[in-house]
Amino acid sequence: MAETQVKPEVEMIPIYIMGKKYLVPEELTIMKAMEHAGYQFVRGCGCRMGVCGACGTVYRKPGDYKIHVGLACQTVVEANMYLTQLPFFPANRHTWQLEEAKGVAEEVHAAYPELFRCVACNACTKICPAEVSVMDYIAAIKRGDLDEAAELSFECIQCGLCASRCMGELPQYHIAQMVRRLVGAKRVPRAQHNTDQVRFITEGQYQALMDKLEAADHDEWVELYKERQWEPGAETDEWRPESRKGLLDY
Amino acid sequence: MGTAYYPGCTLKTKAKNLEDAALAAAAALGLEMDELERWNCCGAVYSLADDDLIHQIAPVRDLIRAKEAGHDTIVTLCSMCYNTLARANKMMREDAEKRFTINTFMDEELDYEGEVEVMHFLTYLEQKVGWEALADKVTVPLTGLKVAPYYGCTLTRPYEVSIDEAPENPTVMKGFLAALGADPVAYDDSMTCCGSYQMLTHTEAALASTSKVIASARGAGAEVLALSCPLCEYNVGVRQRDLLKADPDWSEVPTLYFTQLLAIALGLGPEVCRTELNALAARSLLQDKNLIPAAAAQ
Repeated sequence: MAETQVKPEVEMIPIYIMGKKYLVPEELTIMKAMEHAGYQFVRGCGCRMGVCGACGTVYRKPGDYKIHVGLACQTVVEANMYLTQLPFFPANRHTWQLEEAKGVAEEVHAAYPELFRCVACNACTKICPAEVSVMDYIAAIKRGDLDEAAELSFECIQCGLCASRCMGELPQYHIAQMVRRLVGAKRVPRAQHNTDQVRFITEGQYQALMDKLEAADHDEWVELYKERQWEPGAETDEWRPESRKGLLDY
Repeated sequence: MGTAYYPGCTLKTKAKNLEDAALAAAAALGLEMDELERWNCCGAVYSLADDDLIHQIAPVRDLIRAKEAGHDTIVTLCSMCYNTLARANKMMREDAEKRFTINTFMDEELDYEGEVEVMHFLTYLEQKVGWEALADKVTVPLTGLKVAPYYGCTLTRPYEVSIDEAPENPTVMKGFLAALGADPVAYDDSMTCCGSYQMLTHTEAALASTSKVIASARGAGAEVLALSCPLCEYNVGVRQRDLLKADPDWSEVPTLYFTQLLAIALGLGPEVCRTELNALAARSLLQDKNLIPAAAAQ
């Protein structure tokens, strides 16, 4: 009978989950270690790939007064760490209408007047598991530089840990999201080629090609799939497909 | 390397006229002012509570930014930023215990001991250019323009950070305005408080202070007030509309930032002076005096 068993060469180390000691294999991530210890995640777990920000975790190590932080799905356990997951932190989100917005700093200042309670203590930046310069983007928003703030906050995974540490009680990640949406919708120039392509589609210029595809049988699909050409990464503008068959001149 | 320039938040939003005119003038005078790549709000007001060190973090962090960029001087245009940064700097130089506490708290930053000099743009102009040399560079002398220098509070108080050696009777603005060819007007209330933030909570009291300043300058023959502080501009400039509305006989005295007068005198034209952003009739006054072209009127 097959027996599920931890490989003997893996060392078991003690970790403390919400103060209780568990022995877990040393090579696991915090998330897997918690599952090993018997926790079952309904919330506080999303993509398991370090992107979604659902599994923010804070921990301390013996003899070290610093707060450490990581995503449970990405951070490997350390012996004697004390941890708790903080997958959500209450932070009020202002409701606003994208259609009516102008994309100016005053809208953000009015929506989140607590912005001006920031004392530049930098606790937000220190706790950010995505290494976003939270304090710097808040500073940029205060001085009205929404474009800079959108850039600086781009890697935010919305885990909310910044808000947990803020002595000014700012919901930083909601503010930054409003800024990025304003910048994306109202400030970045529209891409003309995108508008044109949408128009080509709605005018039916690709319809004949689509009809042909839909009428094709399995073998034709396989052939087309094999023949397809992949566009390389976005490093160069110079790449052109070998065949322009089926492409509109633009 | 140029000198570190700290703009402050208001200069990037409500007081673009203070900044744009200054930067154009500095460039015309060959002064290199490099805006700090990273900076945060200075805190706006220096915290007077002795045990309130958290509100000293913001200004000290800005001073550290100047230090880590290799600068020994940081120049400000806004009076409030100047005051806050200069006083925080003084604290870091003189109070070893607070210095230790702040440096320990900001463990991710360079230690700071007050190595950077905080300088207001007026001082910077006087030291780097000098009033005589500045007068030589003036192409549009402000001849016949009667300007009341308005210091407000934060350029000269407390005396430890005063931009003038005589904090009770400052003359730096007088020297500056005379170099531009203007007639500096002496009056009693050049250092009377504009009402500051009381304008929002105790409007009547603040307006009383504001009207005293304006009436005093007007009584001494001033046609315009020169100031360096966006909060003064709000109270004396924008909120002078309240006085105009309340008193049909009120005679308006428009306001200009000192940097706008500098840019005009250097012949940089109305585009960089941004007089369209001033609350009152500063632009038409300058046109009446033939200091900017009438064609610029909208």
